[in-house]
Amino acid sequence: MIQVEHMNKTFKVARRSAGFLEAMKALFRRESETIHALSDISFFIGDGEMVGYIGPNGAGKSSTIKILSGILTPDNGTCIINGRIPWKERKEHVKDIGVVFGQRTQLWWDVPIIDSYELLKDIYEIPTQTYKENLEELTRLLSLEELLKTPARQLSLGQRMRCEIAASLLHSPKILFLDEPTIGLDAVSKLAVREFIRNQNKRHNTTVLITTHDMQDIEALADRVLLIGKGTLLLDGSLDDLMNHRPKEDATLDEIIATLYRDYDI
Amino acid sequence: MNSIGLYKKYCLIHLKCVMQHKVSFFLTTFGLFLMSFNIFLGVYFMMVRFHQVNGFSYQEVLLCFSITLMSFTIAEAFFRSLDTFDSIIRSGEFDRILLRPRNCLFTVICSKIDFTRIGRLLQTILMFVYGILFSSIHWTLFRVIVIVLMVLSGIIVFVSIYLIFASICFFTLEGLEFMNIFTDGAREYGKYPIGIYGKTIVTICTYIVPFSLFQYYPFLYLTGKTENAWYGLLPIAGCLFLIPAILFWRFGLSRYQSSGS
Repeated sequence: MIQVEHMNKTFKVARRSAGFLEAMKALFRRESETIHALSDISFFIGDGEMVGYIGPNGAGKSSTIKILSGILTPDNGTCIINGRIPWKERKEHVKDIGVVFGQRTQLWWDVPIIDSYELLKDIYEIPTQTYKENLEELTRLLSLEELLKTPARQLSLGQRMRCEIAASLLHSPKILFLDEPTIGLDAVSKLAVREFIRNQNKRHNTTVLITTHDMQDIEALADRVLLIGKGTLLLDGSLDDLMNHRPKEDATLDEIIATLYRDYDI
Repeated sequence: MNSIGLYKKYCLIHLKCVMQHKVSFFLTTFGLFLMSFNIFLGVYFMMVRFHQVNGFSYQEVLLCFSITLMSFTIAEAFFRSLDTFDSIIRSGEFDRILLRPRNCLFTVICSKIDFTRIGRLLQTILMFVYGILFSSIHWTLFRVIVIVLMVLSGIIVFVSIYLIFASICFFTLEGLEFMNIFTDGAREYGKYPIGIYGKTIVTICTYIVPFSLFQYYPFLYLTGKTENAWYGLLPIAGCLFLIPAILFWRFGLSRYQSSGS
């Protein structure tokens, strides 16, 4: 259960124009600008829901994920996940969640995947029996058999992403945050990843929050869509609600989103 | 699993990583050995010419140098992650660290262990043993304790400086080079007992960055330059430097602002 109410987050960003003189000036007087990454965000996600979180680059998607996973602290507002405030009870909270950053890896580059997993077992203090069962299931569903003995650096992107997703699920989290999990994957890998996530949600009633720019991800995975732009929540509804905004009858999902971005001026 | 057990597991996985690139590992290790050997030669030629510095003999200077360098090397090997903390923040690895259900400073420290420093550690042990065997120090049990304290306190002081450096990374990622003055600088200055650099330096190194608490004052006692046994216990005071460093880390952590997507 994720409950977010009136959440705000601002960043201070240092700015200066190009050029040597400007750089010298910046040494003595720094101009900084406040950016509203999130303003007055509220939503509620129930157990076992699959929610797509969409919006253009820089809209605040990653900031939201980081706050929900306890990495960042919002300026104000409340956020309660499974009865805990993420950034206040970080250690307890992160045991309950799995996070996949599509553009970053959590696997050790030079050692076989299985070694990374064994270390995660110790970090999360996963009971041996649970670990065995989870590993066995994940290996079967994501076809990792061949990959487990290979170092991460020798895997293709698609293979690595499968290993990455398995790594985030070893400790049986109740909530899964996926930040662009299909970025850069080929068609086969994308389908495999989607299929797996859907299954995971069905089997274990895992709550899934997924950010993506791939509209097919949304179509395949999300029952519900949150649209965010310039830090504010613009739309919270089902895929059908999104479809109602289509400019013409046969518009693709990508076109609908583009129209929405334009309509909301983001 | 407790933290010590987990730390061992991390050590193991770092070793495995290192062994993937054996040639590179041995070359770096050997290179570090040669580099510190070079510094040793510098001291050697200086001492051949002048015989003693401020009343310290060649063997004593060597012992003093090895204590500083040993502390520095051990701190660098096991706390390298703090020394390169800016890259941990830049790469977003720190976000990942915060996702682990462990103390985050502990996880940061575990994220990098640099075994190539063994090369330099070997060199310092050689100098250390030579210094102990051939200096004219009159060894008692208390003096043995003092020399152990000196090394331990040295490690803690260097770690504290690393920790302060790492904490600054929470606020800015620019212009961090100046912090090397304290680490690499201390290593270079630490070749000789700090007293030879004059009063101002000793004052700074006593009250601001407590290098002389583990290197100079106890060394005076060790070599019999002073009879005041309290000097031998000053390394313990040096360890107190860790307290403000940890407080600063906590303050920095509360201001953390992540990076990129």
